Amino acid sequence: MSTAEATPASPALPGWVMPMAKTVGVLALVAAAITLLVQSGAMPRGSLAYKILAGPFVDMRDFPDLLVQTLWEGTVGGILYALIALGFVLIFKASGVFNFAQGIMVVFSALTLVGSYEIMTQRLGLPPGTVVALLALAIALAVMFLLAVVVERVVLRPLVNQHEIIMLMATVGLTYFLIGFGEYVFGGSPKVMITAQLGLPTGQSSFNILGGRVNVQHLDVAAAVIATIMIIALAVFFQKTRIGRALRAVADSHKAALSVGISLNQIWVIVWFTAGVVALVTGIMWGARSDVSFALETVALKALPVLILGGFTSVPGAIVGGLIIGIGEKLGEFYWGPLLGGGIETWLAYIITLGFLLFRPQGLFGEKIIERI
Amino acid sequence: MSEALLSVDNISLRFGGVKAISDVSFDICKGEIRAIIGPNGAGKTSMLNCINGFYHPQEGAITFKGIRRKKVRPHEAASGGIARTFQNVALFKGMTTLDNIMVGRTLKMKSGFFWQLLRHGPAMREEITHRRKVEEIIDFLEIEAIRKMPVGKLPYGLQKRVELGRALAMEPELLLLDEPMAGMNLEEKEDMCRFIIDVNKHFGTTIALIEHDMGVVMDLSDRVVVLEYGRKIADGTPDVVKADQKVIDAYLGVAH
Repeated sequence: MSTAEATPASPALPGWVMPMAKTVGVLALVAAAITLLVQSGAMPRGSLAYKILAGPFVDMRDFPDLLVQTLWEGTVGGILYALIALGFVLIFKASGVFNFAQGIMVVFSALTLVGSYEIMTQRLGLPPGTVVALLALAIALAVMFLLAVVVERVVLRPLVNQHEIIMLMATVGLTYFLIGFGEYVFGGSPKVMITAQLGLPTGQSSFNILGGRVNVQHLDVAAAVIATIMIIALAVFFQKTRIGRALRAVADSHKAALSVGISLNQIWVIVWFTAGVVALVTGIMWGARSDVSFALETVALKALPVLILGGFTSVPGAIVGGLIIGIGEKLGEFYWGPLLGGGIETWLAYIITLGFLLFRPQGLFGEKIIERI
Repeated sequence: MSEALLSVDNISLRFGGVKAISDVSFDICKGEIRAIIGPNGAGKTSMLNCINGFYHPQEGAITFKGIRRKKVRPHEAASGGIARTFQNVALFKGMTTLDNIMVGRTLKMKSGFFWQLLRHGPAMREEITHRRKVEEIIDFLEIEAIRKMPVGKLPYGLQKRVELGRALAMEPELLLLDEPMAGMNLEEKEDMCRFIIDVNKHFGTTIALIEHDMGVVMDLSDRVVVLEYGRKIADGTPDVVKADQKVIDAYLGVAH
């Protein structure tokens, strides 16, 4: 009898269960230790250690409504980060290009939408309203398609098979071109997103739960719903259709894809256009929460920690990474930010990512690279 | 033998100062199995690359189905009916066997981007018809068991078989096989030979193959063309080629 038969077969657990269980265990131990320190009086209230290690959690327990509010805002932010990252993953998977310009495409598409609406209503004298807003939406889509065609023709095709760093530099160049071009055509001043005109809800509702009030912006709900639908649709499109399969084929092997009759040029246009549409949707949602200007750029760059966290080739990774960053930085800002004078939201994402990388260098969902020698 | 499906006329291919192919002509007749052999570096794979459009020869032309062409792009060659496999297996490693072969149907599927997005109506009907075709190919190649496995995890011999399946899914008129049996054991080689003969006899597909195993080449092929240092040194039936002094010298070396 072989050893394999001798030992009772244990049900195979997915690979992530054990590390996850370990992490939870360690966290529980740390929590218990802190509680003990506080209870025993070794960590007096008002000490710095208490403020960092215990205070925020006490606040969370005592005011659960604020915690819910913070979590909700973090989730919405996280979903939008996930959308930016998703546009990036699409391009990286299909053409192996690290598209630095994805964040700027978000701003550029939103600017095109608002800018063309402004031009139509103010200079051409069309009546403001839903019809013109939808027309502007169509124009923005057309511009993103045009951008995809131009990028394929002018950037990707001449540089095909060049080293990755060269492609990256090309997209850095594209970033600055889009900033300059956008400002030249639509001006540099911040614009207000045409939220209501596009038929998106603008009000807010309050709920009395857990002994307090939680405010929910209707727009945020719409953003979450639209983003979720979009992510699911893209996943199905990628897995189950001819064009989706062709996209994955190109991502896997250019040579083999060519040999079965897939045109790389056509696929690249489709991918960049899809990424452009994702960018436009993100731009509308994000623009509606603040306003539309190239200052959004710093937000768009948050996609990088999200990607590093999630792994560059994984769509679920982009989503989970986005949520971790979004929720993490909101919690950090609200509960720990005051200790540092606030404003830690701008850099916390990068610190969170660094922390994760110490334990999983390949990202949460990235493929572990094992070289066969 | 019937008329030529493809003919190569006075092709020369250079990479800078290196002449990969110089002034080679031969033809492939409809329905035959044509072998291209020669020592390493003779220009065999370069020749296949010219035929399916990966390389563009500087001189000469290729006539396929009566159309003479100077320069063709790989996806145009594919839509013209030329399929191929690669020397060092080029599969979509992250995808399943089924998806890999489905990708081979890409050119046969016509439904538009819009329906694809909805995954409904014509797109869905098309998906079902082509899936049926793909299942036939899977049965034919006896790879039912690995249908849903990611091909990157399969042993080499099976990967080669999946690659053949993907090429067959294109229903090509001309099938180019670059060392279909390299690195296989005897049993796998026999299977592969059987598949090649079946494809040729049952589907009437014209096949051009590169192979180093002389036993296999002489058994399988109707005619053989021999290359050495980018030049053609012999062309004819296996028996003629086997007896050719230049071929013997090329393979065994010659005393100077």
